[in-house]
Order: sequence, then structure tokens, then C-alpha cells
Amino acid sequence: MKKTLMKGNEAVAEAAIRAGCKCYFGYPITPQNEVGAYMSARIHKRGGVFLQAESEIGAINMIYGCAATGTRCMTSSSSPGISLKTEGISYIAGADLPAVIVSVQRGGPGLGTIQPSQADYYQSTRAMGHGDLRLPVFAPYSVQEMVDMTTEAFELAEEYLTPVIILADGLLGQMMEPVSFGDDNSEKPGKSFSWAADGHMGKREKNEITSLRLYSEELEESVNKRFARFEKFKENHTRAEAVNCDDADIVVAAYGSASRVVQSAMEMARSEGIKVGTFRPITVSPFPEKALREACKVAKKVLVVEMSMGQMIDDVKMALEYKLPIEFYGRQGGFVPGPEEILEKIRGMKV
Amino acid sequence: MARLCRKVMGKIMPKFTRAKALEDKQTHYCPGCTHGVIHRLIAEVIDEMDIEGNTVGVFPVGCAVLGYQYVKFDGVQASHGRAPAAATGIKRAKPDRLVFTYQGDGDLAAIGTGEVVHAAARGENITTIFVNNTIYGMTGGQMAPTTLPGQKTQTSPFGRDTDKVGFPIRICELLSTLDGVAYAERVSLHDVKHINAAKKAIKKAFEIQMEGKGFSIVELLSNCPTNWAMTPPDSLKWIKENMVPYYPLGVYKDAEKGVTQR
Repeated sequence: MKKTLMKGNEAVAEAAIRAGCKCYFGYPITPQNEVGAYMSARIHKRGGVFLQAESEIGAINMIYGCAATGTRCMTSSSSPGISLKTEGISYIAGADLPAVIVSVQRGGPGLGTIQPSQADYYQSTRAMGHGDLRLPVFAPYSVQEMVDMTTEAFELAEEYLTPVIILADGLLGQMMEPVSFGDDNSEKPGKSFSWAADGHMGKREKNEITSLRLYSEELEESVNKRFARFEKFKENHTRAEAVNCDDADIVVAAYGSASRVVQSAMEMARSEGIKVGTFRPITVSPFPEKALREACKVAKKVLVVEMSMGQMIDDVKMALEYKLPIEFYGRQGGFVPGPEEILEKIRGMKV
Repeated sequence: MARLCRKVMGKIMPKFTRAKALEDKQTHYCPGCTHGVIHRLIAEVIDEMDIEGNTVGVFPVGCAVLGYQYVKFDGVQASHGRAPAAATGIKRAKPDRLVFTYQGDGDLAAIGTGEVVHAAARGENITTIFVNNTIYGMTGGQMAPTTLPGQKTQTSPFGRDTDKVGFPIRICELLSTLDGVAYAERVSLHDVKHINAAKKAIKKAFEIQMEGKGFSIVELLSNCPTNWAMTPPDSLKWIKENMVPYYPLGVYKDAEKGVTQR
């Protein structure tokens, strides 16, 4: 298949258009501006709408309205912007609407830095807004995966009636890699949904899109139904990749950009005779617990590497039920760790 | 006499029936509240324009949060202040629908100023029904951005002190300065004559939207007998005597006629 050299952010936009995304609403924030720029130049030529909102809050509520009509839509942002969007994401989830949200992480807290980071793992997997809520979160580690996951996310969002998060970072958004795209479905009309509030046209009963459920019975039922869907998603779509874990004394777990560096560190360690394997969650929510336990069957120790003070490590500890010694190596502030640093850490683990 | 007519004071009058676009449901509004009147006006206009199937209403956080339950067209409940953004998303996806927001003064003139100003500035082809009753009704009567100077509320128990908390916002005047606004009118609901004028304003705003001319807003001076601690008749009198002088009625923007009153 023909490959094109593209930035991660631009590839996400192209993938979305091809997946039949009809509306993109966004607000500028580094390091994800190329998504909006690409959309603004191209989506209207392929039957879609680009609109730069007055704020991230405006953009996510435009997504809410657009999704309420059953129209495929996407927004993207970076850490401070995602924080602003979380209220809207909670409403979208609470109203059981499909949407795709791309989070290109930068360093925080506060305004932090525009450099890449993985400090929003908790936010994505635990706290995409208030309320009892779990959302599917995909963590790509290459530009190709950003494309593939974005394409898939639109389908899954509609199937499971939920916002789906693509959790990337500034490195993945900014770097260029060769990518191939699937079919161009931009010209195809979108699906129509019986629940959509797009005008009943005298053909059906009216539809109400709301997250308001004043009666406890009603709210509890809706939360239970949503979590049942999430469980089904967990059964069908939890994904991970384990490499060289069959004989590994040390399993190194990392996702996204950090997992690429870990891959190099593993190869260096192996050439020194240290038996290292790697484990990469591809969905970070739901977390691939079973696959991790499987990957760590013969391991004596586990190392978690993140571009943060350690957030995914909590999921690793819970999945392994604290049965193995778990160590951590992390860089913050926008630093991407080098393979040598990780190798040094591995050497010191003494198994 | 025909079934739909009855004799009132010697005249044959049409029987007062429920607007078709309204559900046959009891609302949760307090006795004497004008929300019911506004719902009815919107429904009558939708009936007259025959656009029920083509309409999507966006309802706010506030007293009208359950508004979608009282109408027969599609409804979307938006988060506090964000109705114009949600309406933008609907309208951009479905440009031929009639899309309106229904917002109170706390929703629109405090937390949602950003959204309404930018929807208006973009000339977003939607209509905003702005219910100004100078108070946060649903939460128990706190001071609103439109609370009059000196007016007592739960959070201005000694009266709104403009030295400390500043002045009310006149939304129609403010929005009429924006080129994206096609129509802005302030009306009042304090008597039948003004209620009839309010209906005309809503119809005009909806027509402007259906003609694709841009953003339209109708501000309705409304009451809150419960939180104002007044009887419904006294509350209507209070609108006339206190609100109308501070918030003058009239057309603030009519792009068609070249009217811009600031």
C-alpha cells in the first residue's frame, strides 16, 4: 500500500476525514495545532465542517450538539485544553453519545511545557470529567497507530455509544513517519440513528438528549448500563503487545512514546545477556490486566517506564496484585528518556 | 357554536386549546411563573410556521432544564452556559433545522457569556430565547448578572451594591454591536399586550433564522414570584415598574431594516 510521510497530528486529521468525520471543532493549543490546521484546509472540500471555537469549552460543547444529531465528529487538544473539555466529555458520556477526542499530552501541571509528556494518564483513564465514568482510551506508539486507532475509534464510539479517547503525546503528534491509510469514506453519507435529536420530521417520536436523571433509580440504571457496555468493550477490544516475555527475567512495561525507547533499551540489554521483555498496553483503559499477568509469568521483576512521576504503574501493581517487585523509571518536564538511561536502570535491577 | 369556538362577552372567540407543539404534561414551574407562557409562545410560533418536525431546542441548566419534556420536538439538554455552543454543533451538522437555545440570565449572561457572544459574532444561524428574570431561580434566588441595583436576593441580602459587585449587563444592547447579529429585540411578559408582542418577536427571530440571515436573540423580561417573594400579579407589576425602565423594550438590531440601536 502506498505510504505517505506525515506528521502524527496531520495523519490523525486525514484518518478522521477518511473515516467519515463530518465536523471538527477545536481550539488552538500546542503541540496539536496541526490537527486543526489540516482540517481547516481540507475537510470542507470533502463535505465536512471545520470550526475554530471560542475556547476548548466551546469546542467540546459543539461536539456535544453535533454528536446529539448522530453526526460523526472529533475534537483534539492538549493537556490544559483537555482539562477544560472534561466537563463536556462527562456530559457527552452521560448522554451516551459517540465522539472521538484526541489528547496530545504535554508537560504539566498548569501551563507546564509544550514538550511531550505522559502526565495525563490518570486524567484519561480515571477522570475524563466528573461522575461514575470509564472511557475507552487508545494509546498509539507510532503515527501509523494514530491513523489506525482514529479510524477504529469512530466505529467503536458509535457501537458502544461513548466518547473514545486517543491518548497521544507531543512527540507522536509532531514526528513524521511513513503511513498508509485505509479507504476514503469521506463522501459516504453517515449512518442514521434512532436516538438522534436531528428533527423528527413527523416520522418518529421526539428524541431527548440529556444526562439529567433526577430519579436515583433512573441514574443508577443508566450508570449500570454504561458500565455494562464498558465491560463488553473490555472483553472485545482490550489490547496489548508483549515482546520477548517468554524467558524474560525483567518485563519492562511502557505505553506510547516511552514504549519505543523501552524497545531499544530491551535490545541493548539482550545483547548484554540480560533477559528483558517488554509489555505495551495498546488500550490503557480498559487496562490489559490478563495480558500483563501472562507476560509476567516467568518474570522476577517488573520495571515501569513513563514520562511522568508514575501513573500507569498503579494499574500495573493492581494487575499483578503486588506479587512481583515493581520498580519505576520516569522522566518529567518534557524529557523523553533515552535508551541508555533505561538500560542503566535495568542493569541495576539485579535479578 | 362550533366546538373550537365559544362566546366571550358577546364575541365569538376561538377555544383556548393547547399548542400542538406542546406535550400534554404538567410543568414543574412555580405558580405564576412566565416560563409556561414562553414555552407556549414558542410552541404557537412553531405550529404557525409548521416546523415542529424540523426543530431542535437546546435547553439550559436552570429552571428550564426539563424544558425538552414539555415540547413535542427534539430536545437537547446543554451544560450551564454552553447552549449556544451545543446549538452551533447541531446547526453546523444539520443546517436546515430550526435550532434555538432557551437560556436564563445566569446561564447566558454569567457563565455563558463567552459562548453567546461568539455564537453571535460568528453570525451563527441560530436563535437565542433569553429569559431575563434578574435572578438564579433553580438554585434558590441568588444574585444574577442582570439583578437590578439595590435588588435583594439570597446573595445580595442588603440589595445589590454596585460599588462592590458592579452593574447589570444589558445583553441586547451588548450583542447589537456585533455584525453577526441579524436580529435582537427585548420584549416583556408583564401584560397581554406585551405577551402578544413577545410572540411576534419570537416569530420574527425564527423566520430570520429560516431565511439563513444569522444570529437572532429575543430577550424576554420575566418574573420569579417565588424568589422575588411576591404574588404573581405583584411580580408582573414589578417587571413593568422596575425592569422595563432599566431594560428598555424595543428592537436593538434588525439587519434587514438597518436598525442598530445601542
